[in-house]
Amino acid sequence: MKKLRIEDKLYLIGYNVDHEYNHLGISDPEMCKTCEKKQCTYVCPASVYTWDEKEQKININYDACVECGTCRIACDYITWKYPRGGFGVAYKFG
Amino acid sequence: MRKKDFDVIVVGAGPAGLAAGYVLAKAGVDVIIIERGKFPGSKNVMGGIFYREPMDDLIPDFYKEAPLERHIIEQRMWLMDDTSHFSFGIKTQKHNVEPYNCFSVFRAHFDKWFAKKVVEAGALLINETVVTEPIVEDGKVVGVRTDRPQGDLYADVVIAADGVQSFLAKSLGLRKKITPEKVAVGVKEIIGLSEDQINDRFGVKDASEGVTIEITGPFLKGMEGMAWIYTNKTSVSIGIGVIVKDMIEHRKNPNDLLEELKAHPSIAPLIEGGDTKEYLAHLIPEGGYYSVPKMYTDGFMVAGDAAMLVDSVHREGSNLAVESGKLAARTYLEARQAGDFSERMLSRYQEKIEESFVLKDLKHYRNLPELLEEKRYLLTDYPQFIIDAMIELYTVDGTPKPEKFRKLKEELKSRFGYVNLAKDIFTIWRKMR
Ligand SMILES: Cc1cc2nc3c(=O)[nH]c(=O)nc-3n(C[C@H](O)[C@H](O)[C@H](O)COP(=O)(O)OP(=O)(O)OC[C@H]3O[C@@H](n4cnc5c(N)ncnc54)[C@H](O)[C@@H]3O)c2cc1C
Ligand code: SF4
Ligand code: SF4
Repeated sequence: MKKLRIEDKLYLIGYNVDHEYNHLGISDPEMCKTCEKKQCTYVCPASVYTWDEKEQKININYDACVECGTCRIACDYITWKYPRGGFGVAYKFG
Repeated sequence: MRKKDFDVIVVGAGPAGLAAGYVLAKAGVDVIIIERGKFPGSKNVMGGIFYREPMDDLIPDFYKEAPLERHIIEQRMWLMDDTSHFSFGIKTQKHNVEPYNCFSVFRAHFDKWFAKKVVEAGALLINETVVTEPIVEDGKVVGVRTDRPQGDLYADVVIAADGVQSFLAKSLGLRKKITPEKVAVGVKEIIGLSEDQINDRFGVKDASEGVTIEITGPFLKGMEGMAWIYTNKTSVSIGIGVIVKDMIEHRKNPNDLLEELKAHPSIAPLIEGGDTKEYLAHLIPEGGYYSVPKMYTDGFMVAGDAAMLVDSVHREGSNLAVESGKLAARTYLEARQAGDFSERMLSRYQEKIEESFVLKDLKHYRNLPELLEEKRYLLTDYPQFIIDAMIELYTVDGTPKPEKFRKLKEELKSRFGYVNLAKDIFTIWRKMR
């Protein structure tokens, strides 16, 4: 089977994106500058977090989040809420 | 009189919440189930093998009607390294006769169907609504706050079946924070293949018969985890779950791991030519027995993953969820008879769980998570030895067999030492007892 990129996989998922409400955040972005592992950038199955070297901050592409909650367990500075009712990921198969 | 909109509020329409809702609705209780997804199952993920028994007890012969994929007649275990796998397992015609043992399922289909049955039984189901917090008065849970305008709802009892994250149980102090070593992240793909391709590759007769493969071993490079392949009618579910702590320490990305798994020479031919239909991820509570919290307080009970009820050794969770939901509902019925929804009364729920297979099973394996955390080599070195030994025994190279066995024995001694080996066997035996 051809190797699929994560971007291609995310296209297969049904989302109802909430353009008015971001359910993910970082409570103290200053911490990210000294965070050694930056585990948020690799433990997330949907690659939602990326490190912006120029701006020295984490970018969050919350649209892609599948709400697994891994990032929340992996880093205490991540503030995590459920998307509003009905929004977010909606699997066809599950 | 205190405000009351319903007798019972159930939070979450997964197997735990739906089982609770079903029992209550059947008994004529005024029950509402609140689900944050577009429909029940739309946010739920499972490997997913569903065991019949606890559900059959709730809705007899459900399997004749529910949207299921294949009934499982063969279960394989693979010890896998980078180039090889050693396989064992069981295929039996005893699992090929009704009412069957277990089935492959898609949660988005199954939960939706289950919810329909619950609504038919008389429960009210509200989708697209997040419960944001419990409403507590005088130390008693009396309702929930939702993200709808004027969304407060009151009831005698709230059953939290809100899954692994359970913000509800946590906010009431019943649950501790989940730490990265107590939870795994599971990622999965559904890969479409034709019925014939699946039947041929997995050696079954037709699209009703199914096979499961559970994979562990040095392939995981010492991370604690499990991979799997399950056959559906016209697709296979392939996935891998790894403890979050290990993922962090090994600097691994779950999707990369899944791709490595798919590319493995033992696995690639099974999925060759397939097209990915969906990619999914979810947490699995793996803390086992010692992480199960107190499951009740005044006016409140916790069921399913919200109470960490997962038996990761046997990849069971949905059936434990159904059973606990059922027992929570039955406890409510007793409490209603007594007109008492206090903590003392609801403590009977925990007693029921303890007497059921749910906690007995978890208790049986109570020391395993700790053992595996301590002795990682049990997941790497021993399986590696078995794989190497099998390759050695099956390689015809002019060495006489007695010689091969002697070499293997020496190898075993030098790699582990007989004393360590005996100790490990004893420890495993003791901890599994
Ligand atoms: C990758 C993976 C593989 C697995 N494989 C298997 C398997 O093969 N067999 C097996 O038996 N088990 C398996 N499990 C475990 C099984 O999926 C769970 O144990 C089971 O789903 C638990 O059911 P539940 O009802 O407690 O929780 P869930 O199924 O998680 O349901 C919780 C529900 O509550 C809703 N919800 C949560 N919070 C709120 C809120 N605040 N307001 C409103 N709604 C809310 C959610 O949307 C969801 O519908 C697997 C799990 C994973 C992640
Ligand atoms: S969000 Fe957490 S893990 Fe990510 S960089 Fe910041 S501190 Fe580190
Ligand atoms: S919840 Fe899961 S998918 Fe969403 S950002 Fe966190 S790790 Fe990524």
